[in-house]
Amino acid sequence: MDFQNNELLRFSTAGSVDDGKSTLIGRLLYDSKSIFEDQYDAIKTTSERRGEENVNLALLTDGLKAEREQGITIDVAYRYFSTPKRKFIIADTPGHIQYTRNMVTGASTANVALILIDARNGIVEQTRRHAFIASLLQIPHLVVCINKMDLVDYSEEVYNRIKDEFSEFSYKLDVRDVHFIPMSALNGDNVVDKSKNMEWYGGGSLLYFLENVHIGSDHNLIDCRFPVQYVVRPYSDEYHDYRGYAGRIAGGVFKKGDKVMLLPSGFTSKIDKIVTYDGELEEAYPPMSVTLLLEDDLDLSRGDMIVRENNHPTITQDLEVMVCWFNDRPLQLRGKYALMHTTQEARCVIKEIRYKLNINTLHRDEEDKKIGMNDIARVVIRTTKPLFTDSYRRNRITGSLLFVDEGTNETVGAGMII
Amino acid sequence: MNYHLNHLRELEAESIFVLREVAAQFERPVLLFSGGKDSILVTHLAMKAFHPAKIPFPLLHIDTGHNFPETIAYRDSLVEKLGAKLIVGSVQEAIDKGMVVEEKGYNASRNFLQTAVLLESLENGKFDAAMGGARRDEEKARAKERFFSHRDEFGQWDPKNQRPELWNLFNGKKHYGEHFRVFPISNWTELDVWQYLAIEEVELPSLYFAHRRKVFMRDGIYLADSEFIPKRPEEEVEERMVRCRTIGDVTCTGVWPSEAQSIEDIIKEVSTARQTERGGRADDKRTETAMEDRKKQGYF
Repeated sequence: MDFQNNELLRFSTAGSVDDGKSTLIGRLLYDSKSIFEDQYDAIKTTSERRGEENVNLALLTDGLKAEREQGITIDVAYRYFSTPKRKFIIADTPGHIQYTRNMVTGASTANVALILIDARNGIVEQTRRHAFIASLLQIPHLVVCINKMDLVDYSEEVYNRIKDEFSEFSYKLDVRDVHFIPMSALNGDNVVDKSKNMEWYGGGSLLYFLENVHIGSDHNLIDCRFPVQYVVRPYSDEYHDYRGYAGRIAGGVFKKGDKVMLLPSGFTSKIDKIVTYDGELEEAYPPMSVTLLLEDDLDLSRGDMIVRENNHPTITQDLEVMVCWFNDRPLQLRGKYALMHTTQEARCVIKEIRYKLNINTLHRDEEDKKIGMNDIARVVIRTTKPLFTDSYRRNRITGSLLFVDEGTNETVGAGMII
Repeated sequence: MNYHLNHLRELEAESIFVLREVAAQFERPVLLFSGGKDSILVTHLAMKAFHPAKIPFPLLHIDTGHNFPETIAYRDSLVEKLGAKLIVGSVQEAIDKGMVVEEKGYNASRNFLQTAVLLESLENGKFDAAMGGARRDEEKARAKERFFSHRDEFGQWDPKNQRPELWNLFNGKKHYGEHFRVFPISNWTELDVWQYLAIEEVELPSLYFAHRRKVFMRDGIYLADSEFIPKRPEEEVEERMVRCRTIGDVTCTGVWPSEAQSIEDIIKEVSTARQTERGGRADDKRTETAMEDRKKQGYF
């Protein structure tokens, strides 16, 4: 069946109502024929009732009642569409500074970030913020959508000016792959089909980019990391002494027969079998969920990690972390939090707040140590037991963690290990 | 060597990860089984996730008593095949005991009564995580649902107070009496589900394939002629080739004219469909925010 070659691409969008983000998503869904008649009829009725001239495609993405009433997006909404080439998951987030945490959430799993710029206004504070978040969360590919080109007479000059200005400041950011597309989401220029209004633009449409960008290298295939998630024990006659270590490959390629090291014990063994319901595998790589059997009878449990002997993660109780704060109770210096890291849990204490980052200017403020909701800061923590970590830059799975309030159980912060 | 998974295998890997996370983080999880294709998919994925062990949690069916008989037959044979434990929460019993009151009128449905019975069943079993087959693409209120959806002690969903979910990290910590709803197939679309069921050759209830059935039209949707749905005088029963796109209670599940005989036929039909699958669900049509309102009260 031909759909079996489709890949999955996740992308995030951030933007406010005004820059046409919802219209862009609506346009992608509509032009790729992912909108159903009943959905279209519903937004058509609403548009007419509101007295709007055209069918408002933005209404497709405004989910909850409160949002539709206030005309704002307050959370991360996930949208889906597919083309014969790929399936897409959109993490749609609001763009204002008070929703930084939502943007961070949406960005955490994205392969591609779309940044919208209103061609009339050029680069504004919000653009810098979105680009910074994309770089902080290490989204591998960035697409700068210079939107509303119809309102600047499809001017190449305007496009080039914005492009240069963006390149100048993104130079300071840690972004690897940046693309620019001039478009009009409202009219559909360069969204799905290449625009006839901008012959000077040599590149493809946004959808063309999303369908073709190479995402094969977005996972770390070098450093073997297998956090043990769950121990499969059938307790049946057929599988008497069976101990299968179930988990999802967080990095590297594991092969049958590989010599491996177990953390925290430091014991070594060999991979006897890589088991799935559909049969044994010769090798396994991210993001596969498999079950590993080892040759030796060793006692591993959830939170342990299987790695290669000559390439293991940092084993440490002291970490430097960039944290994005999610809660209205500020981060407490010397406060204690529960930590979730891979399949491991620990407690930690905040030993030091190094600086708070102004995400509009990237200025490091070492005086203001009050880290409130939506703030991003660099902190030093000490954990109650060793964690097996990589830098976030090297591996988004073994380099990330959550802070959980021990009283309320809420997720209060997201951390990226430096 | 090209190290990449196709979209279905990537979705599968994600769902298996979530199912194992539930088994690891919760003491008494339960899988909500409706007999619909989505809960069949979740059950299938659970079977794969814990292989060669059995599924380490029971299945819970909230039985409205107004079922298509095919659903119950399918359920019982699947449970036997898996060697799983089945718990049934009965809406009829709840009505008999006076716990809930049946709706009256032509559009009466027991769909709404399911919520109370579900909550009671969760409480009786002391379940702390209930997994379901809801998907984010189904309905606009579900587009923002989490994989791990926190519910307070009344089973209520507060859309403003959901925990952010980043990377692979799912926070299932809770206070006594609270529980979670977990949606392992959040990221699947209707088309993904069918494509996957096709490549996995999963056996499905016959209702999903075209069959001859007595139906009548109400509000632009065909409903199955059943003793459980009182007909208005002007509603005329006719025989047509139809199939279900979703399976719920017989009173609110629309059937669609279709000739699809195999999953491949269904995939063709779904990929060219012009109506969402819930377009046939009378329960969603009551008001514009019907789903959001029901979820807040503890619906699936």
